Amino acid sequence: MNRRAFRKIKNGMFLSLSLVATLTGLACLAAILWTLISHGVAGMSWHLFTQMTPPPGSQGGLLNALYGSAVMTLLGILIGSPIGVLAGTYLSEYGRNSGLSSAIRFINDVLLSAPSIIIGLFVYELVVVRMGHFSALAGAFSLAVLAIPVTLRTTEDMLNLVPLGMKDSSAALGAYPWRTTLSVLYPAARSGIVTGLLLAVARISGETAPLLFTALNNQFWSTDLNAPMANLPVVIFQFALSPYKDWQDLAWAGALIITLTILLLSIAARVLLAVLQTERGAGR
Amino acid sequence: MIPSTKPPKHLKIRGPIPKAASDVVDTGPPKIEIRGLNFFYDAMQSLHNVNMTLADRSITAFIGPSGCGKSTLLRVLNRMYALYPKQRAEGEVRIGGVDILSPSVDVAELRYRVGMVFQKPTPFPMSVFDNVAFGLRLAGGVRGAELKVRVESALRDAAIWDEVKDKLSADGRSLSGGQQQRLCIARAVAVQPEVLLLDEPTAALDPISTLRVEETMQSLREKYCIVVVTHNLQQAARVSNVTGFMYLGELVEIGPSNQIFTSPKNRRTDDYITGRFG
Repeated sequence: MNRRAFRKIKNGMFLSLSLVATLTGLACLAAILWTLISHGVAGMSWHLFTQMTPPPGSQGGLLNALYGSAVMTLLGILIGSPIGVLAGTYLSEYGRNSGLSSAIRFINDVLLSAPSIIIGLFVYELVVVRMGHFSALAGAFSLAVLAIPVTLRTTEDMLNLVPLGMKDSSAALGAYPWRTTLSVLYPAARSGIVTGLLLAVARISGETAPLLFTALNNQFWSTDLNAPMANLPVVIFQFALSPYKDWQDLAWAGALIITLTILLLSIAARVLLAVLQTERGAGR
Repeated sequence: MIPSTKPPKHLKIRGPIPKAASDVVDTGPPKIEIRGLNFFYDAMQSLHNVNMTLADRSITAFIGPSGCGKSTLLRVLNRMYALYPKQRAEGEVRIGGVDILSPSVDVAELRYRVGMVFQKPTPFPMSVFDNVAFGLRLAGGVRGAELKVRVESALRDAAIWDEVKDKLSADGRSLSGGQQQRLCIARAVAVQPEVLLLDEPTAALDPISTLRVEETMQSLREKYCIVVVTHNLQQAARVSNVTGFMYLGELVEIGPSNQIFTSPKNRRTDDYITGRFG
């Protein structure tokens, strides 16, 4: 009886500790969101989307930074995702058990968790130093390097989930592996792969460190890929650290915009995954 | 064990008596000829010196306990095993006179001639129509109105046309399990193969769907050389003209289903179909 009571107490203690830990985490998150929203909403206005980043003391917006972020994120995904998707396809479909694949998988996992500032320095050495100047292209390239491991991993995982029988059936009809991959496996894993792409976009659109070393920043409107380009993360970094009230407000507004964008992307990714699961269910 | 071909009555049957369906049927000329076939998974030999001749326009069923090599035999016939490393076959397997184990045979071409349906229904993530048209489009040369005709006739052959004719554009995965399997049969027969391999085609289906698939097999017999692997003895007795019993990688006995299920010549066959092991 005593022993049972003791076990009950232990159970209760463990449960409450878990609960406290969960609440602490959630509270931090809520505090961050609340701070962001309360400060960010104040700075929200149409000017954000119509005017350039201003010099201190005058009114302005974030148009050039929003544009730069969109362009570099898009370019980064365009460069990085084909590499990630194709490499993931190789790991899942062609070299599932080879030694090379294990090595690639390991390196990819390392890359996946590598601090992004290292990637920034790497691209700085590789591109910026050689070109002699910062550029949007170098920024896009560093974001691409960040996008590769995310897309590679999700593509491989999603292709591995496709039932083996489907692959065999296609081969049994006389399809070569490339045809099976294009016509059967990719459609079967489509929502999963797209989810991976969305997660990669979410990951790279908020990165500051790699851009600091590559695209730097630009006070003015610029569409030249060969020149430094404004972007939200670096603008936020710079404006938030400044002593000027109007710059700080813009930084808060920018931070809110970036957070909401990533939130929307994550929700979209989750919805897609849910769709994937119902598709699977229907497939049974 | 008693060396008798006629065991006591109470030991004879495990389930309902397998009623042999096959009266003597008019089968075609030899289609598949296998001589001295050995198969290896890496160092392990899983088929030992298999010899047999299978006729065109017939249904041959292979029965035997799990791991006896019957699925392996099936996977040799379209060289499916070649998809996996460290598996190899030795000997001679002639389909329509051509030795398919010869390295000069193109596997894609071979699999076009030898269709296969698997245990679990595997509709592709595309419409019912596109599923059936998949093989035809791979081969090329069939399009437009002719493609439609071929798809319809394949769906009719697989006895599923009436159920799907109004939802040809629906996702193949939205069909029921039994319909999915008949869709897969339609997909396999659409390219008009010479041989149709069925690997436990009803193992994942309910009894009604099983019945429909068996009827489908019966109607396809008139056109194809069908080879089916099954764990269901009643099914083998119902649908096949010829039954082969395999055990530990050997073809123990093969003969008219009537004879195999009523008076098998080998004691191990008798033991298996009467449920004394397996």
